[in-house]
Amino acid sequence: MEIPQAAGIGLRTAHLAAFAAEDSPTAPWLEIHSETFLCDGGPRLAMLDAVVAQYPLSCHGVGLSLGSADGLDPAHLARLKKLFARVQPGLISEHLAWSSTGGAYLNDLLPLPYTERVLDIVAANVAAAQDSFGRRILVENPSAYIAFADETMGEAKFLTRLVERTGCGILLDINNVYVSAANTGGDAAAYLRALPTMAISEIHLAGHSVANGMLIDTHDARVSYAVWALYADTIARIGARPTLIEWDRDVPEISVLLGEAHAAQIILDQRAGGRPHAA
Amino acid sequence: MPLELRDMQSRFRAAVLGSGDGALGALLRADENIAARVAVHRHTVRRSLVEVLAAAYPVSRRIVGEAIFAQLADRFVVAAPPSVPQLSAYGGAFAAFIAHADIGQRLPYLADVARLEWARAEAYFAADAPALDFARLAALPPEDIETTRLHLHPASRLVASAFPIQRIWQVNQPEVAAVPEIDLGVAETVIITRKDHHVATRAIAAGDRAFLTAIANGGTLGEAADSAVRIDAAFDLRHALRDHFIAGTFRDDAQQSLT
Repeated sequence: MEIPQAAGIGLRTAHLAAFAAEDSPTAPWLEIHSETFLCDGGPRLAMLDAVVAQYPLSCHGVGLSLGSADGLDPAHLARLKKLFARVQPGLISEHLAWSSTGGAYLNDLLPLPYTERVLDIVAANVAAAQDSFGRRILVENPSAYIAFADETMGEAKFLTRLVERTGCGILLDINNVYVSAANTGGDAAAYLRALPTMAISEIHLAGHSVANGMLIDTHDARVSYAVWALYADTIARIGARPTLIEWDRDVPEISVLLGEAHAAQIILDQRAGGRPHAA
Repeated sequence: MPLELRDMQSRFRAAVLGSGDGALGALLRADENIAARVAVHRHTVRRSLVEVLAAAYPVSRRIVGEAIFAQLADRFVVAAPPSVPQLSAYGGAFAAFIAHADIGQRLPYLADVARLEWARAEAYFAADAPALDFARLAALPPEDIETTRLHLHPASRLVASAFPIQRIWQVNQPEVAAVPEIDLGVAETVIITRKDHHVATRAIAAGDRAFLTAIANGGTLGEAADSAVRIDAAFDLRHALRDHFIAGTFRDDAQQSLT
């Protein structure tokens, strides 16, 4: 089912049964982490089937490792394809990051140096994923804590060229833009203006925390005021986009998540009827 | 210095699974805070994987306590990180790791309890299949019953131990506030089954264990019953089958004849 230009929420296992139930909460769309559902059978997949029958669903991957020098794992691509065939997702997304090397999966979205050679590798991996799935994927900007010494371009430029090379879309995580700018000395507003507007096909919003003088993308809190402001500016400039509230740790009651989504919906509604400006 | 991606990723792996930023630091932009920056990733990798193990092994965690479990799990993560991005399948080797650890030597039943927990996790995520019921077996001509071959359901798991693992598992459930004294001298074998999306754990007698082992090894119903009677003269096939049909121990493969 197509993902509407509305504010949905990330579906975590704590709330799976509630959204699978017949009297499930009202939400315009939901997003899952694809890897959570890579099992052979059992209650988790059965509940997912019941969710799919009631909501448009997006599949957000956290394990494909688009930035792996080793290339993509064909077995993992096959598992994802099987899941996509089952749930028919409205959108498929992954990260501008890597998590697998030398046969180990590190379960984090690890950073890449933005150079021509790395662009070649990521573009080849994105193209391979799109060929395998037979459709376009969205690539999400990660949150940065470190910067590499010999980079030759910024992240916005890297993503723009990745879009040009592969035809992929962008999943714009505005909290990640804010966190990365704070941690590595960038300008979040300038970053947002530098992205190709038409390629932005989904927006993520999440909360972060502060530790050791850094902002940490913990997904365990409400969206910050600064991130709401950047979101409102972005929507006013580019038009409405499917928007998702992510909350992965210390997951609160569903009503709290829907409240955050409602706040995003108000911003989307204020922009409703307007056309996006040309990129 | 040209930055080779594979080399960077291998240094990064060493940094997050090790304790310092080591060879990775040389590739990063100079900053007085590099150690703390790398530590953000080390923390995410290690903590998230320890949490995966904690979710799969709640009883083992309760037995050893949160702090010891976290240490043990972290050592396992460093020694054997996941090989695929499919975390429901991560942690199967943890029981063997426990068996060789100091805590596993001090608490000799712990590794077997962990095996039971992993079998339950596997049962939860195993493939769906219809369960064999009594009506299907009863519909066979009586002369064919002996030579029928049953198949374990994809979710069924048999775990044998020299310790009372089912009892230990039971008294360490969250709803049990005070753990009673347990006689550790009792050996238990457990059958784990899944029916109506519910995973159940049940201790079985030695005869039933021999019966299920024979079936798992491809024996006919007659051969399996013979194995059971050899171990336990009082083995009651009808009784055992009734319990297994209720639990959903066997798969009903409608495409395949039972004989």
